[in-house]
Amino acid sequence: MADLVSHPDEVKVVSKRFGKGATNLDRYLELDGYKAVQKALAMGPDAIINEVKNSGLRGRGGAGFSTGMKWSFVPKQSPKPKYVLCNGDESEPGTCKDRLIFEHDPHAVIEGVVIAGLSVGSHVGYIYVRGEYRYLSEIMQKAIRDAYARGFLGKNIFGSGYDFDVYWHGGAGAYEVGEESALMESLEGKRGIPRIRPPFPAVVGLWGGPTIINNAETLANVPHIIMGGAEWYAGLGPPKNGGTRLFCLSGHLSRPGVYELPMGYNLKKMIYEVAGGIPNGRKLKAVVPGGASTPVLTADEVDVGMDFDSLAKAGSMLGSGGVVVLDDATCMVKFALRTIKFYQHESCGWCIPCREGTDWLKKTLARFHAGAGLKKDIDNIYYLAENMLGRTFCPLGDAAAMPTMAFVKKFRKEFEDHLEGKPCPYEPLGRTMELPVLAH
Amino acid sequence: MPDVNITVDGKKVTAPAGTLLIEACKSVGIEVPSFCYYPNLSLQGACRMCLVKVEKMPKLQTACTTVISEGMAVTTDSPEIHQARKSMVELVLGNHPLDCPVCDAGGECELQDMTFSYGAAESKYIEPKNHREEQQWSPVVYFDRPRCILCYRCVRVCGEGMDVWALGVQNRGVSSIIAPNKEDHLECEECGMCIDICPVGALTSGAYRYKTRPWEMKHVGTTCTHCADGCKTTLGVRRSDSGMEIVRGDNRDKSGINGDFLCIKGRYGFDFADHAERLKQPMIRKDGRLTPSTWEEAFELIGREFSRVQQQDGGQAIGVVGSNRTTNEESYLLQKFARVVLGTNNIDHHRTADFPALAAALTGKPDLTASMRDVFNAPAILLIGNDPTNQHPLLAWQIRNNVRLHGARLYLVNAEPIKLERQATSVTQVPSGAEGRVAAFLAGDDSAADALTGNTNREGWIALRDKLRSEANLIIIFGSEIRGGDVSSLVKFTLNIQGAKLVCLADYANSRGAADMGLYPDLLPGYQPVAQASKFHEEWGAVPQTRGLTLPEMVESARTGKLKAWYVVGANPIGRFAIDPYVFSKSFVVVQDMFLTETAAMADVVLPAANAYEKSGTFTNTCGDLQVVKKAGEVSEVKPDFEMIVRIAAAMGFDVRQLVPFGPGTRMDMGQSRGAQSGEADRHAVWLEARGLEPKMSPFDPTAILDEIQRLVPGYDVPRINLLAGNDQHTSLSQSGPGAAQNPKLIVAAKDDLFSSGTLGRYSRALNSVMENHRNQPAESDVVAD
Repeated sequence: MADLVSHPDEVKVVSKRFGKGATNLDRYLELDGYKAVQKALAMGPDAIINEVKNSGLRGRGGAGFSTGMKWSFVPKQSPKPKYVLCNGDESEPGTCKDRLIFEHDPHAVIEGVVIAGLSVGSHVGYIYVRGEYRYLSEIMQKAIRDAYARGFLGKNIFGSGYDFDVYWHGGAGAYEVGEESALMESLEGKRGIPRIRPPFPAVVGLWGGPTIINNAETLANVPHIIMGGAEWYAGLGPPKNGGTRLFCLSGHLSRPGVYELPMGYNLKKMIYEVAGGIPNGRKLKAVVPGGASTPVLTADEVDVGMDFDSLAKAGSMLGSGGVVVLDDATCMVKFALRTIKFYQHESCGWCIPCREGTDWLKKTLARFHAGAGLKKDIDNIYYLAENMLGRTFCPLGDAAAMPTMAFVKKFRKEFEDHLEGKPCPYEPLGRTMELPVLAH
Repeated sequence: MPDVNITVDGKKVTAPAGTLLIEACKSVGIEVPSFCYYPNLSLQGACRMCLVKVEKMPKLQTACTTVISEGMAVTTDSPEIHQARKSMVELVLGNHPLDCPVCDAGGECELQDMTFSYGAAESKYIEPKNHREEQQWSPVVYFDRPRCILCYRCVRVCGEGMDVWALGVQNRGVSSIIAPNKEDHLECEECGMCIDICPVGALTSGAYRYKTRPWEMKHVGTTCTHCADGCKTTLGVRRSDSGMEIVRGDNRDKSGINGDFLCIKGRYGFDFADHAERLKQPMIRKDGRLTPSTWEEAFELIGREFSRVQQQDGGQAIGVVGSNRTTNEESYLLQKFARVVLGTNNIDHHRTADFPALAAALTGKPDLTASMRDVFNAPAILLIGNDPTNQHPLLAWQIRNNVRLHGARLYLVNAEPIKLERQATSVTQVPSGAEGRVAAFLAGDDSAADALTGNTNREGWIALRDKLRSEANLIIIFGSEIRGGDVSSLVKFTLNIQGAKLVCLADYANSRGAADMGLYPDLLPGYQPVAQASKFHEEWGAVPQTRGLTLPEMVESARTGKLKAWYVVGANPIGRFAIDPYVFSKSFVVVQDMFLTETAAMADVVLPAANAYEKSGTFTNTCGDLQVVKKAGEVSEVKPDFEMIVRIAAAMGFDVRQLVPFGPGTRMDMGQSRGAQSGEADRHAVWLEARGLEPKMSPFDPTAILDEIQRLVPGYDVPRINLLAGNDQHTSLSQSGPGAAQNPKLIVAAKDDLFSSGTLGRYSRALNSVMENHRNQPAESDVVAD
């Protein structure tokens, strides 16, 4: 169990119940639990979707698509059953927020799933939890059992006449399955490989039925929106970036941890005030702002608001909120290698550019960092990544290509410092690097 | 569906809504490259070669997964697109071994072609390639793992196309690898489709690998000699000591009725041709032993003996047995020889379906037979009896893929559980032997339902019949379980359904041809009774008008010493019908065959015959589709049956011009110039035919008899030019003679399965090795994983 951290700037919405024993259903009810579902039952589908749309809630998995919009794409009439899928396959290096939600507030996820179900007329929900989060499975399963025991799930929930079932499903250890269509394949018992889109899940999803699929944090926000109202929630962040966000601050920081801050919170402030700055008298070198797949920012670029649109302007992405901070003793070539090792290992192998591209990037970077780099390798690495970008079957290839291109572009000098058989100039700085990658 | 207009590279393209962009481009001659896209298989979007620019889309799009929409503007070539494709080829080549000089696919490799097109031959990488050892998955399938580019075509054709699902993908990422789903070996139908569809040399054929290079072979598109479905197969032929050697059978020419399909027999079952036990010399029984002789000696002896019997005891003392695997021209010539030269109607063959009953029921009716192509497009199919997966692999493919791609409804009526049940809309079980009652019931005889218990009650049968009656354009396919009067019942049922058609299933490559060409004691070609005056009587002169003996009657006659001579062409009645060989020891027996079969072993003269791959002619498949058989090459030491029949007639002193109406002219060897060498279509013949110049210069030229067949046999007057161009031409039974009632007991199903094929199968190493391998498959617990 991870230690919880806190800071006065935090605005606790999703993390409101963290550390308060909300895994216990009675305690959860004391903390206003399951009120949102009952309110939603009274509201009806259109009102729920409107409320979520107006709240400005955008997907917390990385792409940042409007949640209310997504729900509105589900056809009202469908010959096949509709499904709600909670994507808890949190695997992006640097990201560790969903696990805290499952650990501290599992019923909020269940509640979010049920409300999503009500909004589209679905009667079945699945909560898919990353395979490596084994220690969370008992918490999640117990929460579901408890909810069934009280009649909050199953037949005639809360005496409303509405039936809703929720199932827990564990992954088997694949980052790729965090991609929504691959997750559906996995849930159906197949290889975790993405599907061709269109059709999109809202129309043809799990077992061919219309499916809502949302990140766990997104769904955990929904009950709070229903209770607090769209206007209140939207007001927590800048325009079109409603609400707060769980930021996972890791790397070379004095007080790393998961903090809930309003969308648009300044990154520099986040590093130096919220997380206590860089320890050991080191200086900031670079920040990966939204999980390993987002392009790195240099120390000069960190004065930026942490929301979808500001970061896009800065040439990076908010992604899944995994902020990885690197100090000046970090070798960026080694960091690039560590990043690409992850994607090489996690590539599903379906399409040529990602399967072959990540492997050649890994091989080249490994040799490069070991001191056998050639001058042309630097351009080759960039060329490889550039030719993967936008051409792969799913975004995993982009996720490998984007940071690699940024590393080469922004830290080319560090690559050049490795040439001509020179040993890594950063190794002598006296640290066997514990690379700040949390996942994998 | 309404048409959609798009623009591709400035060209206007109109295609039906729902068309994939890659197909729309192809329709106007713009090729978009791809590895993983394959028509009629599920979409992958995996190889990323077909990236094109679609206006208003920020990223390049895969043409193979994009459905065209009105007004779409597409660019298929630009520096950006070229670079995208080039980088894909670079990435694939990164781990692909550059062993093209020894690879089977070298010269026929899609990756080679792409490399030439996009110029990515220079490697940017210096790390070693990933290597994995080669594997053997079955006697006929090898997998050279590093060559695989993971296009998943093999996985899909095996699963979706064949419904076998023997292949899958193991591991992930760069370790992904195609692997059998059963540990280290294939448990499958050994069709070899995975090899055929492989764009590179990853999957190779056990029969062909490392034998030759593609450009060293002559490629002859002909018709398969095994089952009655009539697949087009392309033989890869090389010169050898004996004249020619077939080294490969494949599906290079996809224009045939089989499209992409070929089964194990068509692909590997050609190797009987160079079996060590193949007869290579005529043999004459001397002092009780078969002794090698010369052709002249053999023909002279046969001519002398046949003439002697004919003079002493009349033609009716000679019995003729024809074949299911000789060409139409040979079967026609054989019965003409029997009737005109020997003066007998004692001619029969191994019957595997009741075509005379079908012809009798169809004569004078509209055209009611379906072609093999029709089966792929029919909205509904009723299959009574038979197990096509084993006995008619192409038919099974057509049905299966029709259901998969077009959503056809398949109604099965069978005594046994068969694999096609997986595609069926309804499965109705009948007691074994009661299939005929189904025909009667369908035709309206409700009392027949009482005999039809199984898993369905009377109401169920009535519901099935009502459902079938509502199916317009239904194709009714029936096995040899339906015979005699039941066939006419089924025809009666067919006539009552809008657009319904029939397929009657026989067992061998030219079973239908044997029947159509009149290998019957009471029927002339075209099911014309011998006793009725006909064009044949006029043309041939003296034709005996009394019905001859059936095969069992000939055997009985020989037993009592009345039948003095046998002429057996490409058949093995002793082996097939378990006839006491002693019966044959009392008469003068001539056998033409490839091997010393049980019947040949009893012969007084054995003549070594050419097989279907060594001669020219036509075959008619079980549906009635007429196709050409092309000579793959000249083989010394054997002769086609056609030539031997003519030589025997000449040896009997008969004027061969009365037998084969060949034209005057200079004798020349037509064997090779008839187009066999020129690839897929017989271009010389097409050109000559188009100008009315086609010569028939020798009595050994089957085309002369084909002329007569097309002139005299009803339904065979199809455009010759289409036939010679390699197209299948459906023949009709609607103008055929009235047929005659046959004894249903004379029909004996061959009961071959996927890996057996009568005499040919017994001498095929590939088929035998596969059968042996299936028998010896280890228990799963014994298999050590790789």
